[in-house]
Amino acid sequence: MASVDYDSWYQPPKGDNEIAKLTDVVLRVAEAKRPPIGWYIAFTIAVGMLGILGISIAWLFWTGIGIWGNMHPVVWAWDITNFVFWVGIGHAGTLISAILFLLRQPWRTAINRAAEAMTIFAVMCALIFPGIHIGRPWLPYWMLPIPNQMDMWPQFRSPLDWDVFAVGTYFTVSLLFWYVGLIPDIASLRDRATSTVRRFVYGMFSMGWRGSSRQWHRYERAYLILAALSTPLVLSVHSVVSFDFATAQLPGWHTTIFPPYFVAGAIFSGFAMVVTLLVPARQFFGLKNVIEMKHLEAMNKVILATGTMVGYSYGMEFFIAWYSGSSYEGFAFINRAFGPYAWAYWTMVSCNVIFPQLYWFKGIRTSLWGMMIINVLVNVGMWFERFVIIVTSLHRDFVPSSWGYYIPTKWDFMTLTGSFGLFFTLFLLFCRYLPMVAVAEVKAQHAAAHGGGH
Amino acid sequence: MSSEPKPKAHSGPAPLHGLLAEYESPAALMRGAEKVRNAGFRNWDTFTPFPVHGIDGAMGIKPTILPWLILGGGITGCATALGFQWWANGVDYPFLISGKPYWSVAANIPITFELTVLFASITAVFGMLALNKLPMPAHPLDLKERFARATDDRFYVLVQASDPVFDEKDTRSLLETSGAAAVEDVPEDVASEPELPRGILYVLLIVAAASTIPFAMAAYARESKSPLPRHHIVPDMDFQQKFKAQRMNPFFADKRADRPQIEGTIAIGELHEDEHLYAGKLNGVFARTFPPSIHADATTMERGRERFGIYCTPCHGQVGEGDGMVAHRATSLSEGTWVPPSNMTEERIRLMPVGEIFNTVTNGVRNMPPYARQIPAEDRWAIILYVRALQRSRAAELRDLSEQERASLIRGG
Repeated sequence: MASVDYDSWYQPPKGDNEIAKLTDVVLRVAEAKRPPIGWYIAFTIAVGMLGILGISIAWLFWTGIGIWGNMHPVVWAWDITNFVFWVGIGHAGTLISAILFLLRQPWRTAINRAAEAMTIFAVMCALIFPGIHIGRPWLPYWMLPIPNQMDMWPQFRSPLDWDVFAVGTYFTVSLLFWYVGLIPDIASLRDRATSTVRRFVYGMFSMGWRGSSRQWHRYERAYLILAALSTPLVLSVHSVVSFDFATAQLPGWHTTIFPPYFVAGAIFSGFAMVVTLLVPARQFFGLKNVIEMKHLEAMNKVILATGTMVGYSYGMEFFIAWYSGSSYEGFAFINRAFGPYAWAYWTMVSCNVIFPQLYWFKGIRTSLWGMMIINVLVNVGMWFERFVIIVTSLHRDFVPSSWGYYIPTKWDFMTLTGSFGLFFTLFLLFCRYLPMVAVAEVKAQHAAAHGGGH
Repeated sequence: MSSEPKPKAHSGPAPLHGLLAEYESPAALMRGAEKVRNAGFRNWDTFTPFPVHGIDGAMGIKPTILPWLILGGGITGCATALGFQWWANGVDYPFLISGKPYWSVAANIPITFELTVLFASITAVFGMLALNKLPMPAHPLDLKERFARATDDRFYVLVQASDPVFDEKDTRSLLETSGAAAVEDVPEDVASEPELPRGILYVLLIVAAASTIPFAMAAYARESKSPLPRHHIVPDMDFQQKFKAQRMNPFFADKRADRPQIEGTIAIGELHEDEHLYAGKLNGVFARTFPPSIHADATTMERGRERFGIYCTPCHGQVGEGDGMVAHRATSLSEGTWVPPSNMTEERIRLMPVGEIFNTVTNGVRNMPPYARQIPAEDRWAIILYVRALQRSRAAELRDLSEQERASLIRGG
């Protein structure tokens, strides 16, 4: 095994100056003949899970929604839980790439590329669920304003249609933003390529970028404005997702706190996912000196802050349920915390509010094992948050004759597992074939920090 | 990149495209760029692996018009979204949802915002690419091996031979004395094919032609008829094991899927034996008295006033004169089929037995619907008590007033 390439990742990078070394340390991951054995193991598992997604969607289309546990009164269950969960995960990428860019936070450059990739893959996972939950999967185009045989248009005053536009715009803009950031780095890969195929493919995607300063000028202006446009966009997307619930008349959903509460939760879960992915990635691919501990620590501080905001929202929901004097509202919340789904509620509270408080200790927020365990728990907790909001609000309708208890089927589990398969497959391919760190941006920062020379 | 050098017949050496100078650091590049700028060149550029801070000033690059294009894109997106939502839901196919207006800005803000951002972002990306003349598949610099480091760690100045100030000797010495690590000729690219290879062209044409087939099939299907039954994509949904209302079921003797109530059964709480309370009748005749269980007191009156406000005022108006909002609207539409609601203070209804009014509320009359399902019997009686009070108030006489009220009337009059 001495000839395996990944050994070289633990060698000092090539190049006679700091900038060349930066190029090498990031790009050699995509250029090595073989990735580390850990990548193969992870990829095999991910593709297997992706296969489960394929099987469960195929069976769903063949048989119908009945294969899931959704049953009156719980007509929205894991399908919408998964949708909101994945959309929320995506928010971290845009937050890091746009908001932290506008706030001139230099530590973002180490992680923004991977976080943006994660955004796109998470939104792809999210988009599956509204597409397959509609029961007649050959008619999803009814959500879009396309002329049809009924001469009807979508109902633009419906929050469900706002959702189509919000998530659609979000996916498109995130993809464009990510691609614009990638162009100079793909050009680096093209110029270092040794095979014709690589030179052709990377050459096509870099569109002939040669680093002209006249082009950089327009490029930077476009990037800055994209960041400024993405900032209100990312705040709007989860607000619109929360309108799906907040504009309904159902106790447990009909609350004005939902938009900020959902946005804080989205950033919380997304940051946790970024750290969960980057800790193993920087270990495997030898990027410890580019994605440094101080970057991970800053991420964990944001997780602590947003986790506390989420905890405040949980408390405020209960307070308003009591303060409103509405007996239905009061029942919905007492039922949530002490009813048949109390186990889910308290799982959510412990994972989202209690465990992240350990990040007050520097020893824990700078320990790799500490942050892996807490951030996986945060992701579990945030999935449960959406489950709790959706299922516990629905399962006890106004009339006790319409009370029920939702039990997921094996197909619910398989679809959720499968969506993780899609996410990990795409992320692993990204790690293997594209620069995981925004090299040009890191170089620019390096030059700025060292007075322009070296 | 078309950097494969192909031997191709051309006479003589390739003409000069320009001169390339390489620098080792951004600071050296800045000094070189300032020199070239001060020499008055126009057709020149610098190439860097990352955006170098301050190079815009050193080169004299004017601010791009891109932000204005993006503003235009945003305004277009905003106008498109507002205009389309108004036209689609308010004009082309008006959707009446819970009596809300067909068009209101508040409900259309989310989509308007999203499309503003979408159009502006698309303009930002494609505007940037277009202004930068990207994609640019080939460039003479691609043939320079040295230039591959432009995306790694080196900084370059390219002065084009087409510049009016360009002079091969002078420009070379200018670049050499500007702190450059190396200066080289850049010949024009005469090796690469200037046109798309034939094979790729044919493949693109075939793909373009093939991509129209699905649309053609859809168009054909819409215009043609077929004797075959429709496809059942999800049979579980199309054929469900259940009987729908009003269908036949051979299992039962009467062959009906709907099962009638078994004779003599009464649902819990629906045994309405008290004819006076539930039908407003005494021995088959409309009662002139309230049932004994209804107490004509202030509590019942207040309950009646409240229920009247909820159920009756939309048509009959606040004082029961038949001038509610629905009546106003129907009259203004003047469509001819409208039966106006009764004026409950007129003599005919004032003299009507309470039992008959109860019967009207319970079962409806003319186009007034029955309210038995919505209003419990006790509340219906409370409403009638309040109606009686309204009638009395509209036909009051001087002797109905107290001494004090009478005195105040005389003083005021």
